[in-house]
Amino acid sequence: MSELKPRKDLLDIEGLDLPEIEYVLSNAVPFKQLFQRSVKKVPTLRGKTVLNLFYEPSTRTSSSFEVAANRLSADVTNFTVSSSSVVKGESLLDTIETLQAMRSDYIVIRHQAAGVPNIVAKHTGASVVNAGDGYHAHPTQALLDAMTFREVYPDYQGRRLVIVGDVLHSRVARSTSTLFNKLGIEVAVLGPGSLVPAGRHDFMTRLHSWDEVFDWKPDAVYLLRVQLERQEGMFFPSIAEYHKMYGMNTARLVRLRQLGAYLMHPGPVNRGVEITDEAMRYERSLISTQVENGIAVRMAVLHWLKPETDTD
Amino acid sequence: MNDPEAIVREQILNPEEISEGVASLAREIADRCGGDEVAFVGVRTRGVTLAKRVAAVLEERGLHYPVGTLDISLYRDDFDSRGPDLPSLETSDVPFSLDGVRVVLFDEVIYTGRTVRAALEGLMDYGRPARIELAVLLDRGHREIPIQPDYVARRVDTERGQYVKVRFREDDGGEEGVFLETPGKAPAA
Repeated sequence: MSELKPRKDLLDIEGLDLPEIEYVLSNAVPFKQLFQRSVKKVPTLRGKTVLNLFYEPSTRTSSSFEVAANRLSADVTNFTVSSSSVVKGESLLDTIETLQAMRSDYIVIRHQAAGVPNIVAKHTGASVVNAGDGYHAHPTQALLDAMTFREVYPDYQGRRLVIVGDVLHSRVARSTSTLFNKLGIEVAVLGPGSLVPAGRHDFMTRLHSWDEVFDWKPDAVYLLRVQLERQEGMFFPSIAEYHKMYGMNTARLVRLRQLGAYLMHPGPVNRGVEITDEAMRYERSLISTQVENGIAVRMAVLHWLKPETDTD
Repeated sequence: MNDPEAIVREQILNPEEISEGVASLAREIADRCGGDEVAFVGVRTRGVTLAKRVAAVLEERGLHYPVGTLDISLYRDDFDSRGPDLPSLETSDVPFSLDGVRVVLFDEVIYTGRTVRAALEGLMDYGRPARIELAVLLDRGHREIPIQPDYVARRVDTERGQYVKVRFREDDGGEEGVFLETPGKAPAA
């Protein structure tokens, strides 16, 4: 039997121990297998409610959670808060009060401010899943990335992943690199000097050019999305320059293919910025596998978490 | 939990009796299923082993029945009361169509009937069998829902607090036998 204790919330990767990570990743496999059936649904969460609370626009993540919850037979309510509305501390607490009254069993939350999911988790008996908060964390993205990497590399320990791009603005980079490090996968980063944080994530190797990337012989290259909407501060001179320096272009694709390395991206892709049309068609691209695995992992997460709503 | 030393363990079937039970299930299934298109589906873990053993006996008689595997964790009705031991999910594997097929579902023991209910629901998500029947090695009584097996090797009288433990050498490190465990009683000196 497992020594795992039930967990109420999933807020970040840092708080997970290895048996918990293994538990979710191994449970995701039978969930993924359901997608091959004509009936893709199981009755596990029948009668439970999942509230998707998105303060930031995100079609992909919110629909991935919605599909995951539907396939577990939960009822899903999408609660999208207009991105233009200024959310003050006070109204957040009011929202929590409203959510309490709705008696949701699971709350999936995305918010532009780091730490908001933790506050919500503290004030509700519902299980809270962080679907991305500020530059802090995106734990289900990390889990789906790990699942995807381990599918192509069952002998994943000691293998190498390079994350390329806007590491400073990326909760994906933060959560994924932390998880891969916990799993014994080596992580390196390549990005504009202004975007690679010093001090944070000392376990990551810092690379300074694509030549160094290919010399390091990565097993997969993970391109981050350039968050055009977060570039008010102009951390690099221009999109064209970013593409020239860091984008996956034809020449780099040739070298990637020589290495036999896989290509990953959390989506949505900015074509012509991080990646060219040609590279999108790379035969070792895992981008659509990541989408599929995202549903399986989110089902495994909802199945794993235990709300404290049934006791009151 | 009870102190393991306070559990009385009594063997109710030895390895030969298990083999006889498997043989009798095979005989009865072959007699009744005749020329139908038949598939076996076992409930993880030991229902699968039972199905494979019966299929192996029938194979010797020239009857080939494919065996599928069903994990019913996602169909259980006690999800809310799950304890600190979190259920690990296993894959189900039904690599053939169930549509229009006569399906024999296997579990090693039938007790309350709830496992079978969950298995039926799971099975029907894989297709629409022409007919579903249930085969068990042991019926220990105490049904809580109206589900009865079609093929039974043995019936045993038990009390609710007792445990019936089936041990198959394939699943249990070589141990083979069926045991009735009664907690809370001092072992016979």
